[in-house]
Amino acid sequence: MKRYIISRLLQAIALIIGVLFIVFIMLHLTGDPASLMVSRNASPEDIEKIRHEFGFDKPLIVQFANFLKGAFIGDFGMSLRYRQPAMKLIIERLPATIQLATVALLFSLIIGIPIGLLGGSNPNTGLDLVARTTGLIGQTIPSFWLALMLIVVFAVKLHWFPAFGRETVRILGINFPTKSIVLPAFALSLFTTGQLARFTRSAVLEIKNEDYIRTAYSKGLPRRIIYVRHILKNAAIPIISIVGVQFSYLLSGSIYIETIFSWPGLGQLLAESVFNRDFGLVQATAFFTSVVVVVLHLLTDIAYGLADPRIKYR
Amino acid sequence: MGKLLTVRDLVIKFYTFDGVIHAINGMFFDLNEGETLAIVGESGSGKSVTMKSLLQLLPSPPAKIESGNAYFYRNGEKVDLLYLSESEINKIRGKDIGFVFQDALSALNPVLSIGRQITESLETHMELDKKEAMERAIELLESVGITGARQRLYAYPHQFSGGMRQRAMIAIAIACSPKIVIADEPTTALDVTIQAQILELFKEIQKKMGMAIIWITHDLGVVARLADRVMVMYAGQPVEVAPVEELYENPIHPYTIGLLEALPKLGEKKKKLTSIEGTPPDMIEEPHFCQFASRCKFANEKCFKDNPPIISVGTDHYVRCFEDIKERIKVQKVKTV
Amino acid sequence: MDDKKANNKNVTGLMIDEEKKKGLFYFLYYVGRLLWKDKTGLVGLLIFLSVIISAVFSPYLAPYDPLKQNLKISKTPPAWYKNGSIHHIFGTDDLGRDIFSRIIYGSRVSLTVGFFGVLIASSLGMIIGLVSGYVGGKLDSVIMGVVNLILALPYLVFVVFIAAILGRSLLNVILIFGFTDIPIFVRVTRGEVMKMREEGFIEAAQSVGATTSRILFKHIIPNLIGPIVTLATFEMSAMIFYESGLGFLGLSVPPSVPSWGNMLSVGRQYLTIYPWIAAYPGLAIVYTGLGINLLGDWLRDVLDPRLRRAKK
Repeated sequence: MKRYIISRLLQAIALIIGVLFIVFIMLHLTGDPASLMVSRNASPEDIEKIRHEFGFDKPLIVQFANFLKGAFIGDFGMSLRYRQPAMKLIIERLPATIQLATVALLFSLIIGIPIGLLGGSNPNTGLDLVARTTGLIGQTIPSFWLALMLIVVFAVKLHWFPAFGRETVRILGINFPTKSIVLPAFALSLFTTGQLARFTRSAVLEIKNEDYIRTAYSKGLPRRIIYVRHILKNAAIPIISIVGVQFSYLLSGSIYIETIFSWPGLGQLLAESVFNRDFGLVQATAFFTSVVVVVLHLLTDIAYGLADPRIKYR
Repeated sequence: MGKLLTVRDLVIKFYTFDGVIHAINGMFFDLNEGETLAIVGESGSGKSVTMKSLLQLLPSPPAKIESGNAYFYRNGEKVDLLYLSESEINKIRGKDIGFVFQDALSALNPVLSIGRQITESLETHMELDKKEAMERAIELLESVGITGARQRLYAYPHQFSGGMRQRAMIAIAIACSPKIVIADEPTTALDVTIQAQILELFKEIQKKMGMAIIWITHDLGVVARLADRVMVMYAGQPVEVAPVEELYENPIHPYTIGLLEALPKLGEKKKKLTSIEGTPPDMIEEPHFCQFASRCKFANEKCFKDNPPIISVGTDHYVRCFEDIKERIKVQKVKTV
Repeated sequence: MDDKKANNKNVTGLMIDEEKKKGLFYFLYYVGRLLWKDKTGLVGLLIFLSVIISAVFSPYLAPYDPLKQNLKISKTPPAWYKNGSIHHIFGTDDLGRDIFSRIIYGSRVSLTVGFFGVLIASSLGMIIGLVSGYVGGKLDSVIMGVVNLILALPYLVFVVFIAAILGRSLLNVILIFGFTDIPIFVRVTRGEVMKMREEGFIEAAQSVGATTSRILFKHIIPNLIGPIVTLATFEMSAMIFYESGLGFLGLSVPPSVPSWGNMLSVGRQYLTIYPWIAAYPGLAIVYTGLGINLLGDWLRDVLDPRLRRAKK
């Protein structure tokens, strides 16, 4: 187990270095980063000013070294638009996105897993159809379109939820979400709910046919025990894995939802900085999000290793 | 010796995407208390399918038990295993009839400790509490030859060696002192020395606990060492049933004869190994004539037209063949001399 | 004595020799039979075909010119609303353009991106995956290192990043999706090659003296077709989705080009008052996605080793 953790840790570190490189290179894809960041009618002098201010006139290696140095201490430069350090903006916006992703994940777990379970344990019945349809819906309805339709129906016509903005309730010093999180989280969760339903269903179907399940039946164990102790326990392991990946997906993929609902999170920050051509900020956001994803994958792998006795006890 | 099992006219079909497979066509056998019955046949002959059907372990769909009976005699009453409800058959599974599967690695749950997999059987059938079940589990592990049982209880299947896993499987199967243990090729995946140990283990356990054993195998050597009676299967049908010595000394069915001839014998000088020509039928058609005929040395026209009956050719010795088979064999022997 | 050989018949009961004669017809018949058995595949195929037809024959199917603006009739609702008219079934947008026609033409963008994107990703991905899996060793480690790095990145973030840098054009979008999707094809291809390697398949062929190209073309590639085609189908659906997402953010094709994403972006501004501007393009995306996904599911079932299936 220790070896497993160490190897995953090393992989994660290598990935982060790779990410740094990619994020750095992105700005230089067109050859002239400075021209990216200015408006259409900028004069050559303006471009030169930007180039100097951001150090784009130095040799590439030096730029990369400086970039690395900055990244190490969390300094990604200043946002052009907001005139604040990029990292500060990111940290400010982080809680909103984390809450959104968490609630979305909760929706997925509560809806997706039971549906998948029921479907997998009763193949070719109505329940199974529900499970498969849920999976299909998750894959065919785009979250941004669903968000728009949800606003029309639930916010505008029914007035059950606000159409935009994030309201919080302050309890014991922490900002808790209110019903303003429901519509965005639900729209965001559609894809992962479908994926989880589908995945759980197929995991149950596959495990049902394993030899050791037949052994369990041959021992005369009641069906309930076979499902909970034998099938579910085995299914939980890959499910842990996919839930971890899903959480990182939700954290990094909220750009549409946050834009539509004016949710002040990282996704909205990304969209705005793209719109404002504030590429330093885009770079910082991209890097930060990637690191979050890498770390989450690492944690998921470790959790997986702990859950599967075949890995825990080599 | 009392009767334990009476199986008659069992017909099982598999409804698959590629067509209907007539897996078992008229299976029959008896099992008496304390005896060891070996079931011999090649892969696909239906040995496993028959046994699994007794405990309703066949996935249905695609399997379907078309007809037949499997009477089990427990405590003086006769129940038909094939048609029991789920709660009723659960009382028999693991308690009256234990099953040892072929591949212990895939037959054991990888995320449960060995101890748990034994104690859950005990807790379900024997009404023991957790502590009593653990103690009994330790006893069982020791009785199958696993040392350090108290620690091993908490180990997982992948931490055991192949032989030890198989022993653990046996411990699970005999946990509730069943009257019948069905062993489905339990030594096929093991190497020869371990095989011998497991065979000895079975003999020991049978002596101590007095259960009947149904041993499925394709290895005639194992049969000779363990069985009281033997049933040879081909294409989903029993083709010969006899006490073990009788089978080896006086085989009547051409398939059995072929099998025995194919065994290389020590001291014998032969240039080529004998084998039975041809391949088994694919079971997609319902058998209306002898399924072995196309590979049979003694076949004649009749064999391709009618289903051969089951005839008696000695004490307790039955064969699925036409009356004149003994004659035909004699004639052949004369010819080749 | 030929009738003794019962094994000469195959799945549909036809004698093997007869089958060889039928060739292509047999294949089509077989596919048709499979489609009919599992009707969702048929539905998927029909939906998909309808989208293809609308893309190819847009000028004939669309009642109006998708670019024609007519401010006088702008913001008319769909036909079944109070102020709607039969002439514009789905209504018009803020500039008076007919929504139905724009949806028809929008399929062109989506299908072009989907088709060419997948073409690039699958062909390059397959080649790289083949090389990586077959050659193995250090080259394989390096390639898989890069692949894993790219796959670890948050996809949407980087697609948005690159699209913002490169600018709005159809070509850019195709290239973006084409190249960012290569890693997944590499991984799947290499996985299949590894599987074959593990099964001793490749070693066996090499030991009989088969040349590399023979092994590749006669053994490996035929086994790849199933998983790759299935993957390609699902990736195509994903690309159509992501393209419309980019369009929604204003990062896909230029605003004048009718694309479902662009329409959604416009529709968002008028969402609360004229919801139909956003509703119908979205439905088009759902409709297309549904078709492709049903088709993909069917393909996956069909191309799976048939040994494992049982009749329902």
